[in-house]
This record gives sequence, structure tokens and C-alpha cells, in this order.
Amino acid sequence: MSRYLMIDFGSTFTKLTAIDTEKEDIIATANSFTTVATDITVGYEKALEELYAKAGGKIGFDKIIGCSSAAGGLKMAAIGLVEELTLEAAKRVCLGAGAKVELAFSHHLTHADVRKIIDKKIDIILLAGGTDGGNSECILFNQKMLAESGIKIPVIYAGNKNCADEAVAVAREYGMDEYVCGNVMPKLNELKVDEARDKIREIFLKNIIEAKGIKKIEREIDKVILPTPEAVLKAAELLSKGYMRESGLGEIVLVDIGGATTDFYSMCSASAKRSDVVLKGLEEPYAKRTVEGDLGMRYSALGVLDALSEEEIRTYDEDENIDLKAELMYRHEHVDNVPADEHEVKIDRIMGQICVDKSIERHVGKMEEMYTPMGLVYYQYGKDLSQIRYVIGTGGVLVKSKTPREILKKVEYTPSKPLELRPRRPQYLLDKDYILAAMGLLSEIDPLLALKIMKKHIVPIEN
Amino acid sequence: MKTIVIGVIGADVHAVGNKIIEYVLKKEGYNVVNIGVLSSQEDFINAAIETNADMILVSSLYGHGEMDCRGMREKCIEAGIGDIPMFVGGNIVVGKQDFDEVRDRFIKMGFNKAYPPGTPFEKTLPDIKEVLGE
Repeated sequence: MSRYLMIDFGSTFTKLTAIDTEKEDIIATANSFTTVATDITVGYEKALEELYAKAGGKIGFDKIIGCSSAAGGLKMAAIGLVEELTLEAAKRVCLGAGAKVELAFSHHLTHADVRKIIDKKIDIILLAGGTDGGNSECILFNQKMLAESGIKIPVIYAGNKNCADEAVAVAREYGMDEYVCGNVMPKLNELKVDEARDKIREIFLKNIIEAKGIKKIEREIDKVILPTPEAVLKAAELLSKGYMRESGLGEIVLVDIGGATTDFYSMCSASAKRSDVVLKGLEEPYAKRTVEGDLGMRYSALGVLDALSEEEIRTYDEDENIDLKAELMYRHEHVDNVPADEHEVKIDRIMGQICVDKSIERHVGKMEEMYTPMGLVYYQYGKDLSQIRYVIGTGGVLVKSKTPREILKKVEYTPSKPLELRPRRPQYLLDKDYILAAMGLLSEIDPLLALKIMKKHIVPIEN
Repeated sequence: MKTIVIGVIGADVHAVGNKIIEYVLKKEGYNVVNIGVLSSQEDFINAAIETNADMILVSSLYGHGEMDCRGMREKCIEAGIGDIPMFVGGNIVVGKQDFDEVRDRFIKMGFNKAYPPGTPFEKTLPDIKEVLGE
């Protein structure tokens, strides 16, 4: 029998999940405020005390591992050549590795662009451009721009392999922290994420957690091994695909509404599900994540406002009898607001609904009608989610809500947006104990156990 | 190895000729980037930029080629590949028109060559080699 402790150092909360391998279940969970600005161990120890209290005594753990999105998470800049091609590929790699894409540049970098990279305190730069054997002029230009600016930010070269050696020579000459991996788009429209994603994780473990003051905790625990969103992505993929003889849930989507961002994950094959469509655009991965940095319950409340048209705001105001603008402003200014009465619960519900609606709108595949001499043909851009079986919700607003289904229902197909390939008749599940990140971590040690626990604790929403 | 972007432009789904062109060019030793049917001008141009292509071959069989090809050279210039050689061929205009006039129209549009329906590939291949300086 073993006992494991999984820790998620979030931007606001440090969340602990204790696991008993023999009972194949969770012993207890606990959380406390993250204290990365002063000393990360303080918040951790406070949460640990709470955990011991809940479990009825001290526990000796055989393994303690963590994931982190503290201190702003992992901030990346993606650089490519053509916006729809290598830049899009680079952005997808960053998102799949659990990073936030703070900046994205296509074609030649300017001095102002480089300035932005420095000002935004980017953690890692992903430099792409050109297919293998394709354009090399642009990526070499950008490599030189970065080199000459004297930045010390780690750079991953993931572009045209033909000029990788030349780029490395430039980097070495200027003493840059440069890493080389396979091209994110070796052939036109072919996406290759694995090598670059592994490189991002390697740098995250080696430099970033040190720089952000998270490494300190490794005196107390074994290791911080993943950025939190990547842990969630791993959990979702495991839950979808299953492991060995333990079956998964099949095709799922997952929405995680946080205070600052809304993350949307889809686990499903990207092939066209209808015979009358032609797939367009870059190849889509089975496990896809998008992050909406402007959609969140508190820090990003103003982003939620900006995402709405005047007409939509008026509709909410009239339908719900509220002043949405004022309410959102208030929550932006009071990020520690916890709903205290019916009215505030209602506002949180509405905000959650907007986050769900807007985040799936940006994630989901879309159709475009095309009239041809052979009749009507549809282009499909992105992933078709219409056949999705389960929609899973996580994040404070959903876990604490009495009506999570009402919020999640906003993912569904609506006749007013006929060309969005949204889920048609999904079932709804809730990550009620907030364990997804912890299970992603556990899957690194014992995937079967992680899957069994998820199937037990991610439950259907009743109402 | 020289790189050639090929595809069928516009709302045109004729895939057979496209496959034949890919087959022949590959056999001739070219790196062929085939963007397939239902391709827009932007698809051709973006592909040419990323792959550093040496030329673009546009096919059209459904008669609307003239509409689909208009403005393509201007977009190439805007995208920084204004000098890239572009050929067009197939059934590129509506009805039976005098092809000398049709050719003039496409040359004015910025295409280096335009070929009438039924042109065998043996006829276009020397032109491709010539424009690529081979």
C-alpha cells in the first residue's frame, strides 16, 4: 500500500489531494492561498495542516509531486512565418504544453516586437517558420533580431530544419539560451507537437520554476513536474481514451472556468464527421486545448464585458433584470468577492454562462457554405464537436454552483449559430472534488489508478 | 530540388487532373506541394511562402477560373513573392472562346502562361523547366 500527495500550486489556491492506492480512492483534499510572492512553503504547510485535520491525523506520504500555474503561469511568445500556418502551429504547441500565448508574431520581427517580449516578461520563446526545406530567410532574420537584442530568455528553435545549424551558430555567437527541436510544421498543414512540447516542459522544469520561486518547495516535496494546464490535459486525455482494460468515456469536452482565464479542452478525433464537408486549415490534434485569457470570473471580468456586443449586454440586462456592466466592473475591482446572496449567485451564474458560451465559440470548428456547380459544399475549419458524449465542468464557479448544468448547457448547439459545430445532445458531468489536475499528476505514476478515481469522482449532474 | 505548389482553385472539386499533375511532377524530380481541390488564392500564396516555392501551378476545370484567378498576382506582390512564376490551365473560361484572347486576358492578370483545355502535360513540362531555369 502506498500513499501519494498531489499538489497543484495555482495562481490563487494551493490545492492538495491525498491518495490511498489500496482503497483506490482519495483520502482527503485541502486548499489554502498560494504564497509564491513571499515563500511558497507557507501556503503549502497551511494546506497540509488542514489536510491532516480532515484525514484525522498525520499521514506519511510515499511520494509527493506537484504541478504549478503560480506566479502568472507559463508565459510564452509564439513566432511563425504565415499567420494561418507556422504561427498557428506554434501557438497550438504552446497551448498544448500548458502555456499561455501572451504574444504571437508572424513574418519579420521588429524592434518594437522584441521590446514587447522583454516588457511582457515572457518565459520561453517558440521560434518557428518555414516547412522543412522551405523558407529559411524569415526565421534566420528573426533569430538574428532576437540575438542582437541581447535577450536571455530561453528560445526553442522549431522551424525549417535546413537552417537550424545556422540559427544555432548565431545563437551561440551571442550567448543565447537556445534549444533545437523538430519543426512544428515539417510539411505544409502537418502539425507536429511532441518534440517542441517536451522541450517546453524540460525548460519549464529546469529554469522557469526556479525563476518563479517555486523550486524552493522541492526541499519539502519530491518534485514539481508539470505546468497545471498540461496536467489537466493529461487527465482529460486519459479519461477519454481509457487505459489498458479500463475503458474511458470516449469523446469529451472539458471547460475550466477560473478567475483569470477560461480553458477549453476537447478530446476527439479531428476527422470530418459528415460526408458533405471538406476539411480546411491546419491539421487538428486529438487532445486540443485553448485558453481564453480575457474570460474569467474575477480578474478578467472586464474581458467578459468586452467579449459581448452592446446588443448581447442589453439582452442579458432585460432578460435577467440586472445591470451587467456595473456588476462586471464591481467584480473586477473586488476579485475576492464570494457570492453572499441570491443576487450575487445569479451574477456568477450569468458570468459562467458567458465564459462557457464565448470559450466554446472560439474553440469549436465552424462550417462555411460554398456554392459550387456541383451544389452546396461545406468547408469545415477546426474540430467537429457535434457528436461529443460528455461535457465536463470544473473550476470554482461550477463546483460551488447549485445549478452547474445551467452554466454548462451554454456549450450546446443553438439555431442562432447554425454553422458552429457545437455538441448536440451531450450528458453533463462535474469534477465535484476538483481533482483533475491532481489526477493528471497521478497519471504520471499510476495511470490506471488515476482513471479509476476520476470515474468515481467525476459525477453526472442531476438537475 | 525545386518546389512547385499545385492545386485546384475556387469552388472546383475536380481532383483527377490534380493527382495526375502531382504524379508527373514528382516523377520529374520536383518537390510537389499539393494543396488539393477547393483552394483559395490565399491557400496557394501561403503555401508558397512557407515552402519557399519556385512556382505555382493553378488548375481550374469548371469554367469559373477567370473569376477565381483575378487579383492573384497583386496578392503575391503584397505577400512579398511578386516575382513567382504562375501557370494556369484547364477549362479556365465559360463557353467556347477564342483561346488567344483568353490567354491574353490571363497574361494581363499576371500569369506567365495559360493553357487551353486538353493540353497534354508533355507540352507544358518544357515550359515549366524553362521558367525554372533548368
